[in-house]
Amino acid sequence: MLDDATKERIEQDIASEDVVLYMKGTPVFPQCGFSAAVVGVLTHLGVPFRGINVLDDMAVREGIKAFSDWPTIPQLYVKGEFVGGCDIVREMYETGELTEMFQTRGIDARPEA
Amino acid sequence: MPMPASEIETLIKAAFPDADVVIEDLRGDGDHYACRVVSTAFAGKSRVQQHQMVYKALGGRMGGELHALALQTSAPTSN
Repeated sequence: MLDDATKERIEQDIASEDVVLYMKGTPVFPQCGFSAAVVGVLTHLGVPFRGINVLDDMAVREGIKAFSDWPTIPQLYVKGEFVGGCDIVREMYETGELTEMFQTRGIDARPEA
Repeated sequence: MPMPASEIETLIKAAFPDADVVIEDLRGDGDHYACRVVSTAFAGKSRVQQHQMVYKALGGRMGGELHALALQTSAPTSN
């Protein structure tokens, strides 16, 4: 279910920052282990991001799943493009692809030693 | 709501007959799984597309009755 108003809002939100994370809870207080895992990865890489709490808005919570054809939260967007959920982010982080992806898109990612 | 691993495997194999499917019940509660799928169907697809294909095979259960399925997909590496 994705009405035009919600779609428009999502499009604006994912364009509002280089890195946008749809999550349950907030970056400071994630309310789901999978959301917390992605926050942990982004924080570890020192990548600034905007967290959008889907628990605040049912239309966005359901709409974002239709928008990306992806059934779960969290969802990571970089420069307006859907990168993946928790599993993909974790896998890309482990292989180093995530850092590389941020860097090639001009986003400063500096993994702590 | 728990869903047996055998059911997950059946659904995935029905969609990807050549697939190697390994499912691990992470907590032994029938609710938290890790699943690795290797299939030629994934060749040339992005990770997002590969996962979407598996979610489609699960017929909308992901995010619903299947809460926690950690997914890892790949095409077979030729050697």
